Amino acid sequence: MPITNDRIEKRIELKAPVSRVWRALTDHREFGEWFRVKLGGPFVAGQVSRGQITYPGYEHLKWYAVVQKMDPERLFSFTWHHSHDPNVDPSKEPTTLVEFRLEKTATGTLLTVTESGFENLPAARRAEAFPMNDAGWTEQMKNIEKYVAQTS
Amino acid sequence: MLRKRRSAVAAKRHPRAQLFAALGDQTRLSLVARLCAGQPYSISQLTRRSKLTRQAITKHLRVLERAGIVHSVRTGRESRFQFDPQPMEELKHYLDFVSQQWDHALSRLKSFVED
Repeated sequence: MPITNDRIEKRIELKAPVSRVWRALTDHREFGEWFRVKLGGPFVAGQVSRGQITYPGYEHLKWYAVVQKMDPERLFSFTWHHSHDPNVDPSKEPTTLVEFRLEKTATGTLLTVTESGFENLPAARRAEAFPMNDAGWTEQMKNIEKYVAQTS
Repeated sequence: MLRKRRSAVAAKRHPRAQLFAALGDQTRLSLVARLCAGQPYSISQLTRRSKLTRQAITKHLRVLERAGIVHSVRTGRESRFQFDPQPMEELKHYLDFVSQQWDHALSRLKSFVED
């Protein structure tokens, strides 16, 4: 990944129809299952989505996003307010843009995820929220891997 | 803990926007490429191999300095510029980390929709 690039792009081939993937992305309960967040209500374009992170060890963090586009079975996007302090109004927090693009393939769906706008974030922001050098964090990652292996 | 706090302070002093902006220029990238081998260079040395004027090179070096990518060391009457890998390493670690988070989230999504 070029160091001057302020964007992360992921492509993943899913063996499920586009309609199924669209539901997993845009139904707030289904999204919450795999993204690890408990959302208060459905995603609506132009509206705020609030919730609570359920990622083990980070349950104190709030989820706050503004849904940008919901172009059925093609594009779902939101601006993600990176909240790290429960006492700070998340609407004032800096954002990145997350976009999910779906394409039908012979075997299912090609999903492309991009997250951009990292230049908006103060340098220490996510490092504080997710202490990557912390031994506890490494432990959490192992737990999650175990959990995924068991349930998939 | 102390180490972590110090790096967080350093990171706050050099916000990401400044780092991205500093690197988003061909001349500055070529200066970084020259300096990142580790050896410090004077402005004259850096100007000699460039089509740009001494003044222009100095201006670019100051931008890199403000972003924390290089720092100047005074030797006698001349300033020499040295590469500091820390801000770029922090940026790379951070993006690697976010990237890894997405890999994990998407593998959970994959299990979720393929089951």
